[in-house]
Amino acid sequence: MPSAPDVLFRTLADPTRRAIFERLCREGEQTVGALTARAGVSQPAVSKHLGVLRQAGLVRNRHEGRQTHYSAQPGALAPLIDWTSHMVGFWQSRFDRLEDLLKRMDQ
Amino acid sequence: MSKPATETLSVVVERDIPHPPEKIWRALTQPHLIEEWLMKNDFKAVVDHRFNLRADWGAVDCQVLAVEPHKTLSYTWGAYGLQSVVTWTLTATSTGTHLRMEQSGFRPDQQQFYQGAKDGWQRFFGNLEQTLVRLD
Repeated sequence: MPSAPDVLFRTLADPTRRAIFERLCREGEQTVGALTARAGVSQPAVSKHLGVLRQAGLVRNRHEGRQTHYSAQPGALAPLIDWTSHMVGFWQSRFDRLEDLLKRMDQ
Repeated sequence: MSKPATETLSVVVERDIPHPPEKIWRALTQPHLIEEWLMKNDFKAVVDHRFNLRADWGAVDCQVLAVEPHKTLSYTWGAYGLQSVVTWTLTATSTGTHLRMEQSGFRPDQQQFYQGAKDGWQRFFGNLEQTLVRLD
């Protein structure tokens, strides 16, 4: 079984899927129809992307009458947040070294 | 949820540095200077130039995307299947330079990715942590 980061990376590698997820994060819960109206792809395509996002734990669905509402589950991004905090630490240490170097350099 | 997901997919580090942009530009673009603060490299400030950054924990594959002397430098950053873009922005201030680094784009290279990204990342972070510990 693939690990959580593998699934997340693979899921968010697709730009259309990532855009759908980002919109749900920004704008809150939406129906498939509302998402399709601005996704630039067909409703079946949007539904398929939502299915992949749901399997990765990135979105949750809720049925209300004939409509299905989707909402983002940003907590599932934790492995990526770990990545960014690693990189922040990496670059901050490099900034320190850059500043040390600048002090030693001639004008 | 008020935080856009894009925030979690990019890294920004910025700092005010008491040196002029011209001098910082040299440190960002001259290979022997880059080596002193970042990694060994074969960098050239030429658009499309491909280069590597090398450390004892592995290598980063890069390609220059944009060069605007003393102002902007941008290159791709590929390591263990994760393809991102590093962009440096230099803004002159009354006391020196505001230096901004953004690493973004998050485009996993599909092929490398399916070939055991997990192991690669664990090794990358393990080594990165060792490197950071040594720097302290």
